[in-house]
Amino acid sequence: MSERVLMKGNEALAEAAIRAGCRHFFGYPITPQTELAAYMAKKMPKIGGTYLQAESEIAAINMVLGAASAGVRAMTSSSSPGISLKGEGISYIAGSDLPCLIINVQRGGPGLGGIQPSQADYWQATRALGHGDFQILVFAPATVQEMVDTVSDAFFLADTYRMPAMILADGMLGQMMEPVEFKDEEKPRTVDKPWATTGTGGKRKHNIVNSLYLQPDELEKTVVERFKRYELIKEKEVRVEQYMMDDAEFAVVAYGATARIAKSAVKAARDKGIKAGVIRPITLWPYPTKVINEAADKVKAFLCVEMSMGQMVDDVRLAVNGKKPVNFFGRTGGIIPTPVEVLGEIEKMAGGAK
Amino acid sequence: MANNYNFLLAGFGGQGILFAGKVIAYTGMIDGKELSWLPSYGPEMRGGTANCSVCLSDEPIGSPLVLNPNGLIVMNLPSYDKFIDTVVPGGVAVIDSTLIDKQCGRTDIGAFYVPATGLADSENLKGLANMILLGKLLKETGFTSIDSVVTAMQKCIPPKKQHLLEPNEKAVRLGMSL
Repeated sequence: MSERVLMKGNEALAEAAIRAGCRHFFGYPITPQTELAAYMAKKMPKIGGTYLQAESEIAAINMVLGAASAGVRAMTSSSSPGISLKGEGISYIAGSDLPCLIINVQRGGPGLGGIQPSQADYWQATRALGHGDFQILVFAPATVQEMVDTVSDAFFLADTYRMPAMILADGMLGQMMEPVEFKDEEKPRTVDKPWATTGTGGKRKHNIVNSLYLQPDELEKTVVERFKRYELIKEKEVRVEQYMMDDAEFAVVAYGATARIAKSAVKAARDKGIKAGVIRPITLWPYPTKVINEAADKVKAFLCVEMSMGQMVDDVRLAVNGKKPVNFFGRTGGIIPTPVEVLGEIEKMAGGAK
Repeated sequence: MANNYNFLLAGFGGQGILFAGKVIAYTGMIDGKELSWLPSYGPEMRGGTANCSVCLSDEPIGSPLVLNPNGLIVMNLPSYDKFIDTVVPGGVAVIDSTLIDKQCGRTDIGAFYVPATGLADSENLKGLANMILLGKLLKETGFTSIDSVVTAMQKCIPPKKQHLLEPNEKAVRLGMSL
């Protein structure tokens, strides 16, 4: 086993990406994500990799498109306003069936917003990161260790399904330090990429990477084919943690940093005799709809907690499908909800449901 | 005090608030505990107040943001005014009395007034007021052993600056003797 080291979330993400075989990073600095790019700038040249600070976020994401076309593991990272700028490029990458990793260390919005932690980009990540019919894989780790473990999975699944993957973190997870252990994989898990534009050597027909289909029937075919893949992903790749849910009468649904606060609140609620538990989606797309729907048969009510005005709560309501009440509590603009506030909401829910 | 330590360290940027927090966090690594370290970041770091939250626990850390510390180190007046009332009853507050000319009057906490900045100057430990206060916090809470603190400092001080280890250790021991 490797040694436990103390690292900032942002730096741990970068180190994990390097260990997962990523040698091509394109970025543009923005708080609270900058340590990730800085780590790459320091490390990549020493290991024969490419760190490139582009002239803008738009340039960076299109460099990712180019590198991914050539079959390498490529990534970019940014924070909320920067991710908005990348939207067009991400749509092109999805339309070209290319894998890549995008990291969003979320901050408060809209507009330039603030620089403190936020989860207000949930809709953007899971619904509309760009124009057109498409989804990306979205992971929401809750600890620095889980961020590290997620990186290699995200690259592997992106390669497997030929689509972009995103790690949706936030300023708290990016800035905090926790102990991490890098589980040394013998070799990064890779997937053959016969579609990559690596040069034909005069031996095969050339590959084309493209997202332009002027014939509607042709375009429809590519989109429908892609959505068949999405169905497979929904079946196979959902990840969710259930915490104290075995006998729970009340379920708190939260992801990422907020899930940690929810767990503290649920523990405090248990001390007061309220049987609460936490459902923590680890993949936000595909969403753990089935787990929540099944929980709706057992619990009396749900509380969704987010650092936003209420975005994931839509998915909770869709999953619960009217079976039980779904309450919401959120703070936004860079304010982090406190365990005491969440406990208050759990008590309110428990009192109201009796 | 319980096995859960929720520490808040606050002061101006440049006083070594984040460094002292990092040393505390590293003791958790050495002692095999769960821990987290969360800094304030952004504009308040540039000339304003800097603070960091450090949690040490036998269990996984929930929220890494410490709102009600059971151990507070405070090194300037704005931070003192902001945080002194947030300390939980039974908690410890270590106050740099060279820089903070106030008494809190709270009887439900252990408030310790250490003229750390003055002492650092007179004891030839300039810039190490943070570590004097850390020593006092260690003495009053017993969150770890002095051996773990010394090992943690070895880890936190970059290889090129290891000559600073000795004065840092001296400062911590001075704080413990007060």
